[in-house]
Amino acid sequence: MTTFFRHWRFALALLAAAIIGRGAGAQDLKSFEQRITTKVLPNGLTIIICERPEAPVFSYTTFVDAGDANDPSGQSGLAHMFEHLAFKGTTQIGTKDWPAEKKALDKVEEANNAYEAEYLKPVGRDEAKLAELKKAFQQAQQDAHQYVIPNQFTEVAERSGANDLNAQTGLDETQYFWAMPENRLELWAWLESSRLYDVVPREFYKERDVVMEERRMRVDSNPIGRLIEQFLATAYVAHPYHRPNVGWASELSQINATEAMAFHRKYYVGSNLVVAVVGDVKAAETLPMLEKYFGRIPGGPKPEEMTTVEPRQFAEKTVTIVEQSQPFYIEGYHRPSYRDPDDAVYDAISDIFSNGRVSRLYRSLVRDQQIAAEAEGFSPFPGVKYPGLFAFYAVPLPGHTPEEMRTAIHKEIDKLKNADVSDEELQMFKTRTRADLLRGLADNQGLATALAEYQTRYGNWRELFQQLDRVDKVSKADIRRVANKVFVDTNRTSASIETKAPASPAPGTKGGAQ
Amino acid sequence: MKKPHVGFRALAFLVALTGAITAYAQQEKPWEKIPVPPLHEFKPQQPKRIELKNGIVIFLQEDHELPFVNGSILIPGGARDEDAGKTGLVSLYGQTWRTSGTEKMDGDAMDDLLESKAAHIETGGGPASTSLSWDSLKGDADQVFSLALDLLLHPKFNEEKLQLAKQQEATGIVRRNDDESSIASREAAKLVYGPDSPYTRQPELATVGKVTIADLQAWHDRTMGGKLIIGVSGDFDPVAMEARLRGAFEGLPTAKPLPPHHDSFQQPKQAVYFINKEDVNQSNVQIAGLGTDRHNPDVPALTVMNDILGGGFASRLFQKIRTEKGLAYEVGGGFGYAYDHPALFRVVVLTQSTSTVDATKLALEEIAGLTTRPFTEDELKRAKDNILNQFLFLYDTKEKVLAEQERLEFYGYPADYLVTYEAALKKVTLADVTAAAKKYIHPKELAVLVVGNQAEMKPGLDALDLGPVHPIDITIPQPSGPGGAPNPGANQ
Repeated sequence: MTTFFRHWRFALALLAAAIIGRGAGAQDLKSFEQRITTKVLPNGLTIIICERPEAPVFSYTTFVDAGDANDPSGQSGLAHMFEHLAFKGTTQIGTKDWPAEKKALDKVEEANNAYEAEYLKPVGRDEAKLAELKKAFQQAQQDAHQYVIPNQFTEVAERSGANDLNAQTGLDETQYFWAMPENRLELWAWLESSRLYDVVPREFYKERDVVMEERRMRVDSNPIGRLIEQFLATAYVAHPYHRPNVGWASELSQINATEAMAFHRKYYVGSNLVVAVVGDVKAAETLPMLEKYFGRIPGGPKPEEMTTVEPRQFAEKTVTIVEQSQPFYIEGYHRPSYRDPDDAVYDAISDIFSNGRVSRLYRSLVRDQQIAAEAEGFSPFPGVKYPGLFAFYAVPLPGHTPEEMRTAIHKEIDKLKNADVSDEELQMFKTRTRADLLRGLADNQGLATALAEYQTRYGNWRELFQQLDRVDKVSKADIRRVANKVFVDTNRTSASIETKAPASPAPGTKGGAQ
Repeated sequence: MKKPHVGFRALAFLVALTGAITAYAQQEKPWEKIPVPPLHEFKPQQPKRIELKNGIVIFLQEDHELPFVNGSILIPGGARDEDAGKTGLVSLYGQTWRTSGTEKMDGDAMDDLLESKAAHIETGGGPASTSLSWDSLKGDADQVFSLALDLLLHPKFNEEKLQLAKQQEATGIVRRNDDESSIASREAAKLVYGPDSPYTRQPELATVGKVTIADLQAWHDRTMGGKLIIGVSGDFDPVAMEARLRGAFEGLPTAKPLPPHHDSFQQPKQAVYFINKEDVNQSNVQIAGLGTDRHNPDVPALTVMNDILGGGFASRLFQKIRTEKGLAYEVGGGFGYAYDHPALFRVVVLTQSTSTVDATKLALEEIAGLTTRPFTEDELKRAKDNILNQFLFLYDTKEKVLAEQERLEFYGYPADYLVTYEAALKKVTLADVTAAAKKYIHPKELAVLVVGNQAEMKPGLDALDLGPVHPIDITIPQPSGPGGAPNPGANQ
């Protein structure tokens, strides 16, 4: 669906057979050293500029080291909800009269608090009063709405050429990005820095309804979405990775603007932000201007790190959901975070198990046994920053069951534990990693995201290239050792979809909706 | 590193209703004071076009930034040209061609060799064409091209690999009703084009089961005689590459064009269609009619109209249904245009079951509003700013420029199409957009399809007041009789 709309924009009817996407980027660390400028501002914010004057455009990524794993208890979905707010404008853009709007927004918050207090009363809730409070809440929103210039922030950006404007929130981080003609760099710097520090709780409650629709689309109305939510909620007991990043419906629907603004104050400080710009941009000429705008973001300490560590799992956990959709199987094993010295060993296992038609799972489950249409192992999931899972999934062919997928996957895991991978497999992993890194640097946007992410996660974007040293050091013995350590029964969580027929004879055979 | 992400919006879009700004103390607009210097001069590098005597066309796009060489061959003829009784043939062909390999090297051996070099050769089948593509590091480029050429000229279709492809198809068929949005997109297209149209007919277990190795070979032999379009990009010596490609392709027989299509297209009748899905809490509403093709001189005006209707944050649909009412996360659409046949007019709204009728009514109002609610100068200017200031992103990489030239060549458009299109967009006036809307938007000739949970829909679809609700049966047909089914579970 996403792609459909993206291309519809200019109705670029794509040729039937897509041409494989291919990259361009640049070659090695040395050539990057010459083209990249890194600057840490007094407020702690890091700016990375990579000069790549292939065309008069640039892309940027703002990488916030906070995601839904940081949502306070009872407020799951908050980081993502805030991300939506960051498109609603500031005290300067999106408003007809900020001082008046501010007063009106304060009243919205008061009205919401009064409504919520009554709504959440465990006993003695007064329904008549609740209806009245709801009306007052809606009225307050209407009053505030008169000062709004809807979507002015995004309108100014898009009219100025912002392309593929979007943002995404994961459990670990929040990213904002778009591409623009290079002559709008200063306008971008104004817009982006403004929304990072001067955000206001405009139209918050309408947007919360929008995000509820997003949850219905991604999770509630999607069988795989429902399964993954249950899978993670089962795999994790203590760590926030057990929560869906869009949030539980009950909590998401109660998040208020005060909470969103508090999240912003705590996590959107300079030391928690990296902004990477890649394209037709000259660092020497533009840095003073960028420093001026991004210097407006408050300093403040880096938010404290999370104390929760997922406790060791003692026994396998299993969840089965019964659905009208076709069967599916997934399992996962707890593994350490990206900072573990064996991080590259996990990448090797993913590659050998999953990469293309030579991979072990393809050859075993798809080609030879012919029980699955698709089978892969991947890691880490659902996040990178904290200890995640090493997961395997398989899509059964018609007539085959999740149980068969499980048995077949375990057979492959046992092989990995009991015998060394071949020299060819290990070499293939190393060659492909190197080539894929080059290809992945292909476009401005991909490069901006990679630089910002590595700068955040390792404190140094050079790690994007230096990781290849760790990849080269992976040995066959490492793979066996790690497989034997992690892929054990008591460390496993498995989840599957089993199929039942719908209550009506078949979808759509009943009459129209009443 | 797969991470589930939740994005602010799934749609790339556009325009606004600023209403009564003047009634308030005008806020300062600091962004308007920011200087916008002239854009750095930019002449996108065009690929070199070489037309061989046999009609085959080669494009060479040098790009020395990275040590890779990439190539592709577009072959006219795709799923829309296949025998309806064997629907799915082209998809099976696209998979089996590569996995089977050649006389000299079977597909599995090819996998081993290519993966050891981090190189790829892939084949695929789509609605209008099939393709063969390859990519590798520069040092392996000669060897990989030789392999790709061998696959092009000497494929050896393999029965076991066809069975594997049939299993993939069968999996897709039995799972096609699992996902609400794919049901809605597919069925809406069928309501416009008709269920048996070459653009909407779908593979069934029975049609896939009938495809044989001989069918794949016959398809290959037939389409290989067509006008191939070859594109090579990356880090190569252009003189040597041209010589190599001439040597490879000049000896092929003169290309024969495919017979032209004579498909008929018509607007649907206005009616409401419904598909019940018990396991969702959100409705997928699709309002669909017939679009146009890019030869239509009104396309620039329609592009601007689309931007105003459903192109982005400031579009009428987005402003009303998402921002103002909070009824949808995903909402948008427009009047589509394809290169050589009419695309769809389509507006899509995803909204919770209980607001299905409200959201559908609002979307219908905005569509009707295209002919009744006058476009403003503000809307026009905003839409043109959006389109023209982002136009650069249609050709900001050498890859995009190459792909565009291949596409234009394939569909027979002039090479300077984007230049004339941009010039035409600049000239679009308010009168043009108004006239285009009046000419092409027919609110009474749109099908309204809802996929959703009947039990939760209150009020029901009768409240749309668009006449009786027509249920659509999407039951997946089970093949009857021996030999009809692809026997997906069988071991070799």
